Amino acid sequence: MKSIAGIIALSAALVTNAYALEYNQVQPEASEIRFSYTQMGVTMRGGFSRFTGELRFNPEQLEQAYVMIEVDLASIDTGIREADTEVTQPVWLHTEAFPTARFESSAVEALDEQNYTVSGHLTIKGTTQDISVPASFAAENGVGGFSGAFRINRADFAIGEGMWASFDMVANAVEVQFQITATGGD
Amino acid sequence: MSPPNNRYTSTAKTLHWLMAVLLLGTLAMGFYMTDLPFSPEKLQLYSWHKWAGITVFLLALIRLAWRLRYPPPPLPATTPRWQHWASHTAHWALYALMLAIPLSGWLMSSAKGVPTVWFGVIPIPDLLSRDLALGETLQTVHITLNWLLIALLIAHVGAALKHHWLDRDTVLLRMLPQFKHRQGELS
Repeated sequence: MKSIAGIIALSAALVTNAYALEYNQVQPEASEIRFSYTQMGVTMRGGFSRFTGELRFNPEQLEQAYVMIEVDLASIDTGIREADTEVTQPVWLHTEAFPTARFESSAVEALDEQNYTVSGHLTIKGTTQDISVPASFAAENGVGGFSGAFRINRADFAIGEGMWASFDMVANAVEVQFQITATGGD
Repeated sequence: MSPPNNRYTSTAKTLHWLMAVLLLGTLAMGFYMTDLPFSPEKLQLYSWHKWAGITVFLLALIRLAWRLRYPPPPLPATTPRWQHWASHTAHWALYALMLAIPLSGWLMSSAKGVPTVWFGVIPIPDLLSRDLALGETLQTVHITLNWLLIALLIAHVGAALKHHWLDRDTVLLRMLPQFKHRQGELS
């Protein structure tokens, strides 16, 4: 009897989670924003350790979905320790004048039950670009996970100017990978 | 066919001089690049240095294989026993360093989180995962081995010049490209 009751309770919880819960609390410590780039043929991996986010996501009410992620650029790990301070310089990210990078959604579209396209504005170093980001969503026990990857060109945001502007050494394309964990709240 | 036992094969000579140029170039690049401010030139030199290092490693393997098949000519019979011993030890230490130095550099690079891609095309697997403290240790190992290499190179060149100018034998000349033709007049 106990186990049947348990199954019913669990099913009810799952149904609730899948259909009614709004995910609105980003959990940065359970999330990851990473990136990769190519330096003279070598693929390097890096990431950001500090970012915050705002979220409103209910698969049933996509027209109200909203996400904003703000990344503290000084928390960068470029994969090369010496480069971590270099990229805060004005020719790179100029973190003194532009401490954060920010993505803010304008629309969320469902491709199927798990896959979405998030359109929005990405602002880095004072330049804003419209981008659309593919994101897959999966939820379990009230914890939702969004993951995906998208590509930006560093030159579009003037990241790496002057002697770094040539792509011979550091390639233009930067792939950003994210895994954002969120929980539901009131 | 083996050459007469007082000569090196031309392959051995080519490998020796190729290696001499590569080792000196890679060494010089290594000392120069580490002091540069962070710049595209610095990254470029690091890549070139690593490519050269892997090349040295592979050439050293080829050289060792060649040496086993075609042993080098013996030292002059008049060479004192301690010099025989010193010469053998120094040569094997040089070979060991030609392998150990690139190896330590490659491991250091892996530990520092920068994979090595030979000539920007062929990825060399990372044997170590990123560990910055281990990277620092391996850097010390890499630098120390290089100072040892410099000391041995000085001894090597010094000994060759001593053979040429003091002993007036053919130990230096027989490693030169034209030795074949001048052998008669010199021996």
